[in-house]
Amino acid sequence: MIQTDHLTKHYQMGDNIVKALDDVTLHIPKGSFVSIVGPSGSGKSTLMNQLGCLDIPTSGHYRLDGIEVSTMNDNQLAEIRNQKIGFVFQGFDLISKLTAIENVELPLIYAGVGSRQREMRAKEALDKVGLSERIHHIPAELSGGQQQRVAIARALITNPPLILADEPTGNLDSHSGQEIMGLFKSLYQNGNTIVIITHDEHIAEQAQRILRILDGRIVEDREVS
Amino acid sequence: MGIFQAYKMAIKSIKSNKVRSFLTMLGVIIGVAAVIMAVALAQGSTVSITEQISSLGTELITVRVTPFNTNRDITWEDFQDFADDNSDVFSAMSPLISSQTTVKSGISTNTVDTTINGTTADYEMIKKQGVQEGRYIGDIDIDFRQPIAVIGTYTAAELFGQEEAVGKTIKLQNRLFTVVGVLTELEGGNQGTVDDQIIIPLSTAQRVLRNTRITNYSFLASSADAVDQAIEKLKSYLLEIYGDESMYRVQNAEQMLETLDSVTGTMMTVLGGIAAISLLVGGIGIMNIMLVSVTERTREIGIRKAIGAKRKNILTQFLIEALIITGIGGIAGLLLGCAAIWTLGRLGVVPSVYSPFWMVFSFGISLLVGVIFGMFPANKAASLNPIAALRHE
Repeated sequence: MIQTDHLTKHYQMGDNIVKALDDVTLHIPKGSFVSIVGPSGSGKSTLMNQLGCLDIPTSGHYRLDGIEVSTMNDNQLAEIRNQKIGFVFQGFDLISKLTAIENVELPLIYAGVGSRQREMRAKEALDKVGLSERIHHIPAELSGGQQQRVAIARALITNPPLILADEPTGNLDSHSGQEIMGLFKSLYQNGNTIVIITHDEHIAEQAQRILRILDGRIVEDREVS
Repeated sequence: MGIFQAYKMAIKSIKSNKVRSFLTMLGVIIGVAAVIMAVALAQGSTVSITEQISSLGTELITVRVTPFNTNRDITWEDFQDFADDNSDVFSAMSPLISSQTTVKSGISTNTVDTTINGTTADYEMIKKQGVQEGRYIGDIDIDFRQPIAVIGTYTAAELFGQEEAVGKTIKLQNRLFTVVGVLTELEGGNQGTVDDQIIIPLSTAQRVLRNTRITNYSFLASSADAVDQAIEKLKSYLLEIYGDESMYRVQNAEQMLETLDSVTGTMMTVLGGIAAISLLVGGIGIMNIMLVSVTERTREIGIRKAIGAKRKNILTQFLIEALIITGIGGIAGLLLGCAAIWTLGRLGVVPSVYSPFWMVFSFGISLLVGVIFGMFPANKAASLNPIAALRHE
């Protein structure tokens, strides 16, 4: 599913070269529930950008769902993101002037799906996250937890092989956060592959496998009992 | 993603910022309205001037000679002979002495300030204005210096009110004239028109107005085709007599229209230039607002890119937004301009002229402005790095 080989990312910071990712080789099989944990500056955001096909590595290889991503251009990456990845961000990142259902439909618009099918699938996705009631509300009219559910529905709508969540509970109170984690767990039980990037140990523990990253290297890889 | 989706997104974004969108459009609205109003003013005034010139007829040739040439001056009879000798190209000729003066009614205290035209019988044919009552001046009136007058309907009404004018007398420079005819009303009997004048025999005029030197002659070419030949003959005749081209001027409605055309052309270029600058300023306004909008929506662009928007999707979205703003602005400008043209027409300032070409042209230019000035911000949006854009607060 996810296979990286000696994945390395260097940044030029003035005269220094920062090794944000240093020779990361990892394998995440289909249907996993993995959390990538590490303090800020550890390289976890860089790893997330790589896994999320938002950026290409300085060296090394990345195969997602059998496709070599590391040499793609911007347009090819956009297409891969659209088809293979569902993003969930810390700040929900819904488009404020679009209603819940319009936000959820957005990936399908870029995939070129017709409006009738979009609407049907968006309703289905919103139903999966338990939000079939408020589909015509704009984000400002929804609570944080509800907004994050909309974001998850948006991530689910293309049936992507990978759902990538970056601190998905970071902006939520603990109760809403727990609900969102519950939602991820049930998605995992239904066969989705989920990768959560977090600095919160408590959240990380709820995954099936924990990858700990420090100074751009994977320093721990363990199954949660 | 189709154009229709991009269009819907753009409409949504324009609607979510109504005041700002309107202010952005204002530049285009004013620019387009300015273009079509400028053109309408130029064309409207051209129409009214052209009408005035054309009403004289294209066969009319006027000659002005410089007076006070004692050696080589010629009489109007010489011109008459010349016209008669060349009757293949000239059908009429009349000299003209004009003066502004006050005329009194012979039977009451009514007075009127009007134009006195001393001329010959051919003037009727040249001006295409006959009489509706009585008779016109004839050759015999000139031979015998008759104190008679043919007056316009405005002049008649001022002097005699509702009463029959023919047979009454008028007092002109303390001489009594008998009104023998009333000119056919051509311009509604209004002041300052051809209905506001008095025509008297040339010889009488020369005495009464104490002016024997005639500087103004009108020739009528026998047909429109003969005009060029008639002008040629006149010019060579005049050159033979005066020996100096600066001593006379030959004018024809056709030539005046050509002059008018080039004046109009210059006017349109100047007005068009000014209007184009206002559209340019409108375009810069659009670019400015779009750049602000791109910065404001950096995060939105980041999200769209993260979930699969390609470069061209973002580019299309912003370009279409610019196009819709300029398109709506262009249409509003057209409506505003047309309303202004209509109003000016109703107020009688200039005749209303709606030029489809300039409307399509200015609308097209406004769309072009949208594309050109929308391109830079749209390109900036499309080139944003998704990672940096997502990090933008």
